[in-house]
Amino acid sequence: MTDGAIIELEGLTRAYGERVALADVTLALPPGRTLVVFGPNGAGKSTLLRVLATLLRPSDGVARVLGRELPGEAWAVRGRIGFLGHEPLLYRELTGRENLRFQARLFGVGEERVAELLERLQLERRADEPVRNLSRGTVQRMAVARAILHDPELLLLDEPRANLDPAASALIGPLLTGRTRVITSHDPAGGLAEADLALGLRGGRTELLAPAADVSVADIGALYR
Amino acid sequence: MSVLGALLRKELRIELRTLEAVPGMSLFAVTTFIVFHFGLDRPTVQGDLAAGVLVVTLLFAAMLGINRLWVADEEQGGFDAVLLAPIDRTSLFVAKALAMLVYLVVLEVVALPAFAFLLLEPPIRAELLLVLALADFGIAVIGTLIGALAVKTRARDLIGPLLALPLLVPVVIAAAQASQPLLSSGRHGGAEAKYLLLLGLYDLVFALIAYAVFDPLLED
Repeated sequence: MTDGAIIELEGLTRAYGERVALADVTLALPPGRTLVVFGPNGAGKSTLLRVLATLLRPSDGVARVLGRELPGEAWAVRGRIGFLGHEPLLYRELTGRENLRFQARLFGVGEERVAELLERLQLERRADEPVRNLSRGTVQRMAVARAILHDPELLLLDEPRANLDPAASALIGPLLTGRTRVITSHDPAGGLAEADLALGLRGGRTELLAPAADVSVADIGALYR
Repeated sequence: MSVLGALLRKELRIELRTLEAVPGMSLFAVTTFIVFHFGLDRPTVQGDLAAGVLVVTLLFAAMLGINRLWVADEEQGGFDAVLLAPIDRTSLFVAKALAMLVYLVVLEVVALPAFAFLLLEPPIRAELLLVLALADFGIAVIGTLIGALAVKTRARDLIGPLLALPLLVPVVIAAAQASQPLLSSGRHGGAEAKYLLLLGLYDLVFALIAYAVFDPLLED
């Protein structure tokens, strides 16, 4: 194990019944660094994120997040993690503002933070409409606001720029930087530009783990062949 | 308290916007009373028959609410959002059970007058509300627990009633027995204490079971 690492995994394995979604993943991510996870669909990227977010229990191996071992000490890290998954984790019948206020209550965050994020993400105009009426890009921005509402130390982002146009993507960029991050991506060039450490998964197994500077776009492309 | 309040407000707000549970429950109960009104081929009922018709109808109407209780959380991903929050997960259970209790009270506000108008011979007595309150508590606690379990399965509309109904049989028996004297013409005695005690004890036992198992139940 590495001293001071925000994420330490040793032989992390996760199975759904007989199917192994993640097998024997070992890595360490120091504070303030970004790990970008590449791999084709079904490679285990989302499973890795959900284990780190405490939403799934490891089947085997050791997972230590923010110095706490999962799943035993999951309760101690939940409020320190921001998770952006494939689903926005917003109630469709509530407005964006109601969703964020609800989340703010759960995380013990003041309402001024909701207003601040709505303004920074240029969502104020649509904030009082039910989420079901919003475009996918707007919902994604709202989901980003939800994920960073409590100013988490660790961000777990599953394709954070999905459904976003370049302007919206530029808008969320500054809000997602300056923290330790794990990002999944299907964009080799864009992902490597953000990464300090690159992890390539295929069939749940580690195919590539190296500093991003030592990895080429072609190396990432090879994961998809 | 503010977390519990936020969770409960969210439940009630979503139900007010979607009207997915309470109108269906109320309509089911009223329709069932109409069917009984014609199907029993008698103008009024009382005693054990009235108690059975009332309690069983309310129970089946409640099943509709139980089936919907967790659907918004599961389908819209809000479940995960709540699980990621640094809160005591028991508050999620309590908020859901309280919401279910509110749904049952609204159901009874609609169903009891309909029952009295369509079927019941003697007037409704106030003690009946105590029996129904104890039955509602049991239905809410057991229904919330089973609903959380069933919503993770593909056949949740089937699994929910299949698991909940056997567990609710003691509630049905005790509530029907306790309310029988209250629904009989010419009897002025109250509900039988032993059945009220049984209802109360059953409620307490399941509240403790729910407290013990709800958190592990949420784990994958």
